[in-house]
This record gives sequence, structure tokens and C-alpha cells, in this order.
Amino acid sequence: MNDVTNIAKTTAIEPSLGRAFMAMLGRDLTLAYRHRAQLANPLVFFTIVVSLFPLGLNPDPDLLRTIAPGVIWVAALLAAMLSLDSIFRSDFDDGTLEQILLSPHPLSLLVLAKTLAHWLITGLPLLLLAPVLGGLLDMSGEALGVLMITGALGTPILSLIGSIGVALTVGLRSGGGGVLLSLLVLPLYIPVLIFAANAVGNAAGGFEVTGQLAILGSLLALSVGLAPLAAAAALRISLN
Amino acid sequence: MLAWLHRLASPKRFHGLAGFFITWCGWGALVLFASGLYYSLFNSPPDYQQGESIRIMYIHVPAAWNSMFIYITMAIASLFVLVWRIKAAAAVARACAPLGAMFTFLALATGSLWGKPMWGAWWVWDARLTSELILLFLYLGFMALQSAIEDKDAAARAAGVLAIVGIINIPIIYYSVEWWNTLHQGATITLSEKPKMNMDMFISLILMSLAFKFYFVVAVLRKARNEMLEREQNSQWVKEMLGGSDERK
Repeated sequence: MNDVTNIAKTTAIEPSLGRAFMAMLGRDLTLAYRHRAQLANPLVFFTIVVSLFPLGLNPDPDLLRTIAPGVIWVAALLAAMLSLDSIFRSDFDDGTLEQILLSPHPLSLLVLAKTLAHWLITGLPLLLLAPVLGGLLDMSGEALGVLMITGALGTPILSLIGSIGVALTVGLRSGGGGVLLSLLVLPLYIPVLIFAANAVGNAAGGFEVTGQLAILGSLLALSVGLAPLAAAAALRISLN
Repeated sequence: MLAWLHRLASPKRFHGLAGFFITWCGWGALVLFASGLYYSLFNSPPDYQQGESIRIMYIHVPAAWNSMFIYITMAIASLFVLVWRIKAAAAVARACAPLGAMFTFLALATGSLWGKPMWGAWWVWDARLTSELILLFLYLGFMALQSAIEDKDAAARAAGVLAIVGIINIPIIYYSVEWWNTLHQGATITLSEKPKMNMDMFISLILMSLAFKFYFVVAVLRKARNEMLEREQNSQWVKEMLGGSDERK
């Protein structure tokens, strides 16, 4: 086993870590670009869920302004969760994932690249769409600004935590993987929801928000550092 | 150290050791429950504000402590599964989940019963209550993942990753009453200070929480031991043991 890798190292020119990371990122982005039509699905879902609330409750602007931070964040959470499966699913189905596991580069770094690609494809568009929907729910300018900051800090956490959940469930052949995924991932999303929605609500009321933003930032730092490691371990178990 | 660990955790040794602990902790739990219930129901004073309903505390607090303690046990056992692939640890982690979920539910349910007369509401969306509810969801997710994966070894390791990721919630629950301004009261008992409560109440609480801990040890080891027997049913030592007991009949 060791000999084989040594030979592989001497004969083939091994790309550097940075290049492997960029190659993985570029590949996932290209793949997503080739299936452009699917990129819109989470966004449409996000818009529909948000628009259900004024219809189901009461289109009174005061009420909408109060519930807006929570509604937007819950809808973003659900939209992000429903798109998670795409991180590893197609690669698992056609066997690419096994090849990635065999690569000489640290798996956690490649997982981080895939997660970053997922965030660029789904998290970032959600982030850009959020203020438009916030405006429809009659949010103030300051609250919208804080909504963008919490989104920038919070949506990457959703992709990172989600990558662990998908890595754990990707190998399951029996149906119900989607429901199981939500059972695993949503409890871990709750802290993000609490701090983000709380910050936006405080901003709308004219209160201080630095505390919540600091906690979101530290959650992001923690999950960037640790989630890829956990997801990589989970992938090795799933593909066994 | 590692060789010692593996020898200790071999299914046969585990069976014997677990049997020893089950017997002694079982008696311990019985004595503690009897004395703890006597103390908490008859031999401790009612609270000067809350009256007799303070007695809910003797179930509520030990159950809440256990709910966190069991999660930590489960995560540590999972670490042993992931790093050293110890089968006994997998059985222990698996056995922990339903017990932990039970104690979490018990803490939430008794808290709710206590909250109604004291706070005037069955439930408030308070930091500690919410984080304890997340703990319940984590236990349920652990069990769902365990049962979704057919291969037992892979299931134990996959659920182990989830358990270790979820441990972030434990300090959040523990410190929630300090970090946030909550309706739920802060800690009355800390390791570093003298308890700020009546001595009889303190004794009752300690007896009950020890009883809960002993009960947990007995229950988890019984479940783990049964699972090990089932998994090892074709191995020599199980056949010998069962054959031996058959002859005695």
C-alpha cells in the first residue's frame, strides 16, 4: 500500500493543495452552471414560503414587520436544507465521491471546497434575495442592513453544518433520507436561527446587535474549522 | 494502556464486569431511591414561597442533570467507537440514547408541571427550556440515524459523529441561565460554594440525583449487555455460557 502511493507520488506530478481546492471548487461551480435551471429552485421556494405568511396571517404592515426577521430566517433555513442533498448526492451516485476519497489530498479540505461551492450556489443567492423579501414585509432600512450581515455570517454555517448531515445520510439507499436529514440538521440550525433573527429584531427596535453578531461570527469560525473534519469522517463511514 | 483497554472491552470481559456493576448499582439505586423518596416527600420542609410544589424539584433537577450527563457519556462512548472501534462502547452509546431521551422528556415534563403553578404557563420559550428541547431532538436524531443504517458497525460510527457534533449543545444548556436573562432560575448548587438551600432539601436532592445516576448505570449496562449477547450469539463464550445454564435446568 505504501509502495503504491510512493510510486504514485514519484511518477505523477501532484497538484498543490491550493490547486486541488480550486479545482474542486471550479468543478462544482461548472457543474452547477450546466444545470442552471435547478439553481432557481431554492430561490423560488424561499420566495413562496415567505409570501405564504402575509396570505395565511394578516397583511397588516405592523404585524408583518414584527414577524419578518423570523419568517425570512425560517424560510432561508428550509430552503438551504432542501438544497443540501446536492452537495454529495450526484457525486455519490456516479462514483466520483469514491475517487475523491482516494485522492492524496486531505478529504476535509476537498469537502470544504464542495461546501463553499454549495454556499456560492444556494446561500449567496438567498442572501441577495433576502432584502427584497424583507422590503415586501415592510422592514426598515436598518433592519435590512443587519439582515444582510446576519445572512452573510449565518448562511455559510447552514451549508457547513448541512455538509455533515448529508455526509452521514448520503449512503442510505432506503427512502426517507430527506426526512432523516432534516431531523439531524434542523436541531443544529436552531442556534443560528435564534441569534440571527434576534439580531434583526433588535435592529428593528433600535437596540444593540453586536453581541449576537459576535456569537454568529464565532459560530462561523467554529464551523469552518470543525465541520469539514466531521463531514470528512462521516463520508468515510458512509462509503466504507 | 490500549491493550488493556481492548482486553477490558472484549465482549466476554464486558459481560462479566457489567454483571458486577448491575448487581451492586442495582442495590445502590434501590437503597438510594427508598431513602431519597422518604427524605424528599416526608423529611424536607416545604419552600417558603413555593410551598409543597418544591417537591417536584427532587425529580426535575436529577432528571435534567442526567439528561446532560447521559449525553456526555454517549459522546465519550462514541469517541471510543470512532477511534478504537470498541464494540462494547458502541453498545453503550446505543443504549444511552433512549435513556437520555427519557430523562430529557422527564425533565421537560416535570418542568412544565412545575412551571404552571409557579410561572403561570406550561411552557415559555426561555433559553434553558429551548436548549433542553434541542437536546431531546438530538437524542431522537441519534436514534433515527442508528435505525436507518442497516450495518450495525457503520450505524454506530455514523451516529457517533452526530453525537460528538451535538455536544456543543451541552455547555449552551448548562450556561444558558447565566448567559441569558431567563425566567428559569440560575444554579443554586455549585461545586465551589456552599449550597444556598436548606440542608434537608440539599440532602434529598443529592440522594435523588445519586439514585437517578445509579439507575442509569444499571439500565444502560443491562441494555448494552443484552445487545452484546445478541451480536455475539454465535461466538464460543456465549454458547458455552448459555449451554451451561441449560444444563443447570
